[in-house]
Amino acid sequence: MSSEKDGTKSKDRWDSGVTPYAEMGYWDKDYEPKDTDVLCAFRITPQEGVEAIEAAAAVAGESSTATWTVVWTDRLTPYEHYQAKCYSVEEVPGTPGQYIALIAYDIDLFEEGSIANLTSSIIGNVFGFKPLKALRLEDMRIPVAYVKTFPGPPHGIVMEREYLDKFGRPLIGATTKPKLGLSAKNYGRVVYEALRGGLDFTKDDENINSQPFMRWRDRYIHAMEAVQRAQAATGEVKGHYLNVTAATMEEMYERAEFAKEVGSIIIMQDLTVGYTAMSSMSKWARANGLILHLHRAGHGTYTRQKTHGVSFRVIAKWCRLLGVDHIHAGTVVGKLEGDPGMIMGYYDTLRARYSKANAEQGLYFDQDWCGLPAVFPVASGGIHAGQMHQLLHYLGEDSILQFGGGTIGHPMGIAAGATANRVAVEAIIQARNEGRDYYSEGPDILGDAAKGCPELNAALEVWKDITFEYTSTDTPDVEVTPTSA
Amino acid sequence: MRLTQGQFSYLPDLTDEQIEAQLGYALKNGWSIMVEYTDDPHPRNALWEMWSPPMFDLAEEEVDVAMRDVRACREEHSNLYVKVVAYDRQLGRQTSAMSFIVNRPAVEPGFRLERQETNDRVIRYTIHSYAVESGPAGSRYPESSKGSTNGAAAE
Repeated sequence: MSSEKDGTKSKDRWDSGVTPYAEMGYWDKDYEPKDTDVLCAFRITPQEGVEAIEAAAAVAGESSTATWTVVWTDRLTPYEHYQAKCYSVEEVPGTPGQYIALIAYDIDLFEEGSIANLTSSIIGNVFGFKPLKALRLEDMRIPVAYVKTFPGPPHGIVMEREYLDKFGRPLIGATTKPKLGLSAKNYGRVVYEALRGGLDFTKDDENINSQPFMRWRDRYIHAMEAVQRAQAATGEVKGHYLNVTAATMEEMYERAEFAKEVGSIIIMQDLTVGYTAMSSMSKWARANGLILHLHRAGHGTYTRQKTHGVSFRVIAKWCRLLGVDHIHAGTVVGKLEGDPGMIMGYYDTLRARYSKANAEQGLYFDQDWCGLPAVFPVASGGIHAGQMHQLLHYLGEDSILQFGGGTIGHPMGIAAGATANRVAVEAIIQARNEGRDYYSEGPDILGDAAKGCPELNAALEVWKDITFEYTSTDTPDVEVTPTSA
Repeated sequence: MRLTQGQFSYLPDLTDEQIEAQLGYALKNGWSIMVEYTDDPHPRNALWEMWSPPMFDLAEEEVDVAMRDVRACREEHSNLYVKVVAYDRQLGRQTSAMSFIVNRPAVEPGFRLERQETNDRVIRYTIHSYAVESGPAGSRYPESSKGSTNGAAAE
């Protein structure tokens, strides 16, 4: 660094008033990121007339030490160390006006093990910053040194599989439907039928908490009767995700404690409770031996649009760090948003020991998880037995496939719907292991399995034409896809 | 009832040829093979008896060697549950990669659910295996009840 740049000799740098962020040290094209830096890739859409580099430097500044004007109190600190440094700005190919800025943050800026602190810094103020039309956090490289300050999943995929004694195939489940309005006894009926029919899990929906038509305590009691009956009927371990989401942490703990008391193996929480609450439940879940499922309720408000918000891959990273055992991560083929490459990127982020940068999957950085256990990605929303070969192809074996309507809406009943899904997943796994091209032969494999299984046959018949083919809004930039700001 | 533990319990019992295909998949992945049996099929029984030490060093084409163990165990314990487990020692896995039943008793009496009513409507549940309650280890499933040895029809 020149003496001019470090500020000690330059009058201009410390004159009162406004100095461009790029000239205050937040832009350094020669900066070489350290192994211990947190790295961020931002998609920046500057306002008309704002230079891309100045906009990127402003993001670095506003997400680290800067304020809008020069303050002499910076000089009481080794501010060069604490300033985030933007070290690369590149135009997004084929999309004029958008830039990818890479910014490095020293690890000292962040509190150990605190996603709340990390997010308050990096997405705290800057997303409302006026010189930017839009801003999106695309990816984040968490350095190993920082990864090791987080607990990670309370159990992880390996421990959960050993606990459930289920190996070599995706787990299958269903969300109880209708989501709202069932009494506790009726609710238990749905759970029992789905589990005894062959599902591994059933699940509360995100907005089933404790409403007038069914209070949480009654639901827990009836759900556990159903789970236990199904375990006795099949000799398999089963579970129902009891949603402990509530208005306060005290109530969440009360519900979790009761879930434990009635013998549930798993609870769930919604993303809406916030990073600190999720981290607290993670700690509780590990201490008490309950698997912890996370429903990503609300994420679409900030993950879906390509120009503004936070990519889901970043949310997935934060959730793996703070520690959940399951997280909804998209289906590719179902009713909810999802480009195949992007979803594979989310799944890698949740499961890999080390994921490599991959433009097609929207991964900007290598990420080393250094032994942090993997999170089960959950596919849910508009999927059915007839898509089993596609689901295995896109999502892999270490996934949880949840067929809500695809179980409960079965023409022969809920248990039959569950059986159809279980037979379909076992038949596709068997065929894959036998070396068959299960993706292209999928319909034949399922058709053959259905010959000996009227439940699967009925499922294939009723949902044969159901697909959700719409253009994704969140797509990788490698295939040039112009987007509007 | 039909015990539905394992990867393929909802499909028709695997034939020997189908079992060999699965063993081939395991060996192709470099996984070791274990054969285990039990007369205590409780869902929480994580420790079935090992028929032999794990077969760590089989080559891809040695499916017949693994199958020999499967057959021997099935023959000796034709009235019990027998499963094949493929084990993946790979860093970050270090657990079972496959697990499927290859033999089951002819009659599967299943499980009894016991409820203990406690305070405030809370019920504590225990699952009992009828077979385990019928006698000590080794005498729970009658010898004469020759099981539905998977693949018996194909042999």
